[in-house]
Amino acid sequence: MSDIRFTDQHEWVRVDGDIATIGITDYAQEQLGDVVYVELPEIGKTIEAGDEAAVVESVKAASEVYTPVSGEVIDVNSDIEATPAGVNEDAMGDGWFVKLRMSDPAEFEKLMDENAYKEFVEGLH
Amino acid sequence: MRYLPLTETDRSEMLGVIGAKSVDELFRDVPERARLAGLVDLPRRQGEMEVDRALSKMAARNVSAGSVPFFVGAGAYRHHVPASVDHLIQRSEFLTSYTPYQPEITQGTLQYLFEFQTQVAMITGMDVANASMYDGSTGCGEAVLMAHRVTKRKKAVLSGTLHPQYAEVVKNLSDFADYELDVMPPALPGRPEDIAAHIADDTSCVVVQSPGFFGELVDLRPIAEAAHAKGALLIAVVPEIVSLGAVTPPGDMGADIVVGEGQSIGNGLNFGGPYVGLFATRQKFVRQMPGRLCGETVDADGKRGFVLTLSTREQHIRREKATSNICTNSGLCCLAFTIHMSLLGEEGYKRLARINHAAAVDLAERLSKVPGVEILNRAFFNEFTMRLPGSAADVVDALADKGVLGGVPVSRLLPGAGFDDLLIVASTEVNTDADRAAFAAALVEVL
Amino acid sequence: MSGMNKQGRPTSIAVGGSAARETFTGNRALQLEEALVFELDNPGACGVDLDEPTPFTARLGGFERQGRIGLPSVSEPEIVRHYVRLSAKNYSIDAGLYPLGSCTMKHNPRLNEKMARLPGIGDIHPLQPMKTVQGALELMDTLAHWLKELTGMPAVALSPKAGAHGELCGMMAIRAALIARGEDEARSRVLVPESAHGTNPATAALLGYKVESIPVTTEGRVDLAAFKATLGPDVAAIMLTNPNTCGLFERDIIDIADAVHEAGAYFYCDGANFNAIVGRVRPGDLGIDAMHINLHKTFSTPHGGGGPGAGPVVFSAALAPFAPRPYVVHGADGFRLVETAEDAKADGTTPFGRMTAFHGQMGMFVRALAYMMSHGSDGLRQVAEDAVLNANYVLASLKDDLSAPFEGPCMHEALFDDRFLKGTGVETLDFAKAMIDEGYHPMTMYFPLVVHGALLIEPTETESKQAVDLFIATLKDLARAAKSNDKERFTGAPYLSPRRRLDETAAARSPVLRWAPPAPKQAAE
Repeated sequence: MSDIRFTDQHEWVRVDGDIATIGITDYAQEQLGDVVYVELPEIGKTIEAGDEAAVVESVKAASEVYTPVSGEVIDVNSDIEATPAGVNEDAMGDGWFVKLRMSDPAEFEKLMDENAYKEFVEGLH
Repeated sequence: MRYLPLTETDRSEMLGVIGAKSVDELFRDVPERARLAGLVDLPRRQGEMEVDRALSKMAARNVSAGSVPFFVGAGAYRHHVPASVDHLIQRSEFLTSYTPYQPEITQGTLQYLFEFQTQVAMITGMDVANASMYDGSTGCGEAVLMAHRVTKRKKAVLSGTLHPQYAEVVKNLSDFADYELDVMPPALPGRPEDIAAHIADDTSCVVVQSPGFFGELVDLRPIAEAAHAKGALLIAVVPEIVSLGAVTPPGDMGADIVVGEGQSIGNGLNFGGPYVGLFATRQKFVRQMPGRLCGETVDADGKRGFVLTLSTREQHIRREKATSNICTNSGLCCLAFTIHMSLLGEEGYKRLARINHAAAVDLAERLSKVPGVEILNRAFFNEFTMRLPGSAADVVDALADKGVLGGVPVSRLLPGAGFDDLLIVASTEVNTDADRAAFAAALVEVL
Repeated sequence: MSGMNKQGRPTSIAVGGSAARETFTGNRALQLEEALVFELDNPGACGVDLDEPTPFTARLGGFERQGRIGLPSVSEPEIVRHYVRLSAKNYSIDAGLYPLGSCTMKHNPRLNEKMARLPGIGDIHPLQPMKTVQGALELMDTLAHWLKELTGMPAVALSPKAGAHGELCGMMAIRAALIARGEDEARSRVLVPESAHGTNPATAALLGYKVESIPVTTEGRVDLAAFKATLGPDVAAIMLTNPNTCGLFERDIIDIADAVHEAGAYFYCDGANFNAIVGRVRPGDLGIDAMHINLHKTFSTPHGGGGPGAGPVVFSAALAPFAPRPYVVHGADGFRLVETAEDAKADGTTPFGRMTAFHGQMGMFVRALAYMMSHGSDGLRQVAEDAVLNANYVLASLKDDLSAPFEGPCMHEALFDDRFLKGTGVETLDFAKAMIDEGYHPMTMYFPLVVHGALLIEPTETESKQAVDLFIATLKDLARAAKSNDKERFTGAPYLSPRRRLDETAAARSPVLRWAPPAPKQAAE
């Protein structure tokens, strides 16, 4: 799969045309533990790469989810707002957070690919 | 020293295990020039009897509220606290326990916090309440910060009904946190404020007190409507929580956050503290709330139990992104509140409120007959403001000499504002007919 | 035949049976299940006797409360029993050693409670005429004197209501001083070591400061070189805990203070750990500009299940002019409170404002003062020495069974990490929960953050050697059990407490924050 990229903050981005879907990695959800709450941005908001896009909370930790690409928020995953356990169950799929219309696709290209991220995570142990 | 169990033998044995020659060696990381060679310049240890004697002597120099006809209010009120309240809160298991971070062995604390939260939500007419703030004034400051977070705006409007020291606490916090304030002038009874005119598109919240600082009850409904029309929140402040046994609660009049001072229930005057701040809001704002929250859950065996919850809002996890830097509540004062409120129950709480109101109405009638005295209030609970023919501070002073503590001169809190002739008086269930008669008679004499 | 027993009463204890035997009631002897007070509702009952007032014309202006509130009706004996039963579900310092690091759970003398309940202390109003409360103002003045002498600082603000409130007060004074110097705009950063209490960054952020973390060395102390490199003309203050949260004294503290002052910034000290040095080291001699004192830690006012506390703040000469109102002064006609901006102007001071209504936690002031007077200068010095001795004794006795990340000596608390649990399948949390079954409150866990799986033990000076020895022996037994594959003792613990581990995930996912009456049952069809 070449259309998915990762960050060293454990976010993933999947791109389809100019639409980017953002979530947190399986490794991240495992580290967080049971997710109890997710705070998502307003649709229509424009965010820059590196901005806080969402907040994800477990019982003992709260983490900001930063967007690795800039753009306008066109959709948010209201399923995980209602049922935060969805993030634990399928972080890389149905547990996505935000969809953006990218303003600068080049930002995506700079991110880690799957192998690089795998290596990065292994390096953390 | 009676509180220190280690003996000299213990100490030398322990130093042996540690491998140190002396206790001084354990302090070797302290820079040499900062180590005190001798004792600080303070008295040496004293026995229990000597300490008791010295402090009792200081206490004896004060005129205690229970020893005289007493009518002082303005944010702290003397009520009768049932004997069982103070007995129960002194149980070791409540008094000497820490914050309930280990829920398995602190269900006692957690359950009363849950009961407290429920009681506060019920009497204020709100959805949820937290496990308390330091007091009403600091709770008021926190409520304004919360409104800023909810509305993402930065400007609060403070009504002139607000207790001047509460307003100062909010102003202090707002100044240092770089928020804006629109502080309205003191609102004397009989001169309704035009708060709506102060609410703009950038207003985050309006803070209104009822009963107000001058004792007047405020109709919160039009204010709530005006605030909501501009996307702002209404923060209602209730410093005399007994009032809600008789008066429509702010939650039923459109308030978004209710802040109260809970001292009146279960807690003594204590010269101003410790008290217990009540803080309640709507369900939808729960995650923006400051302070501790207790929630229901089950344990590994499926039994009902309670835990501190939604902690990710708090400083120990969120650090610089926390909703507040607050790290404690007013635990034991909450417990006193909860026990007293439970003893009162539905009927007792409402009756207590009626007795208070009756006592104040009676006092107002008696004092209004004193020549030169004008009662300013139209609608009030257990406190009202009167205009005197001269300086209220002088009158209070003269009353004190006659053995009556006759209220708070407005000039004590608002000096130089042209209110020198105004006196705020409160009457609660502790005042007898004889007390009120004595007050009226003494007032006639000093005027 | 001997031992005839015609009543049929067995004389020996039956062997066997399980401790986990189920009972019909759910109670387990002295452990009694207790409903919520709302579930005890018995309409018609009441816990107070209040007479209805004689008929009068209400003046509530049409704001009469309508309808039921929902409060339960319960008699006094039932209320007393209810709260006594709840109390039995709590651990307390009166019942046993409470080794919570950074919390200073020491003995709470009952003399202090008695003093706080004197009518001349507990039953006086904050706004009574000042001539009727001269003794109360004298008490505040005396407390202020003790705090200033013990810290070597010239000024104190008594009013902050808790430690974090004191931090806020101290940082406000710093910002007020910077405003007065015209440097408020220029100084936007506050430096906080990564080992700090969460309140420090939260407080700085509340005042709009950018919080920057300073690294800690492998010795558990502030990295002086890294710290100096971070200093600059845009730094407003450093917030440092000393002794620090690793239980160590910051050896370089005077160098740190000098560097801070040279850079034109102020030194805020979190005084949570003052118990380790009281009577032996004065913060004023270390170059500190502001420090809060948790009266509920060092000076033993009861923790009360999470408050009320009190957090007076002492100030250096540089910050003293900005200390908030109110404060007590002594003049020709006795003691007087300076309460309003107008009063302060007349008094010639420039307080930054007011932290709270009224004058602070008087109930805590009297308890703290009773504690200080009881100990005196000699006893307080002994407090610090015994607290440090007990902690070092714990460290020395357990360092081979648990694992200590830093070299001693420590101050008043001993820090361990979770290396000793490596490969056991037992984590810090499990280890702590197993302590509950052994009759101990766990130590502080997972704090400070600079150590993996931290276990922070503060025995305090009011534990006897016998009590500390028993505690040490218990932890040795537990450590041995963890290392010898007795995993279930830990991972399922506690087994014997009023409740077992609680489901915090469920509590946070769908919060139930208040009791609600059960939905009315449908009428039978």
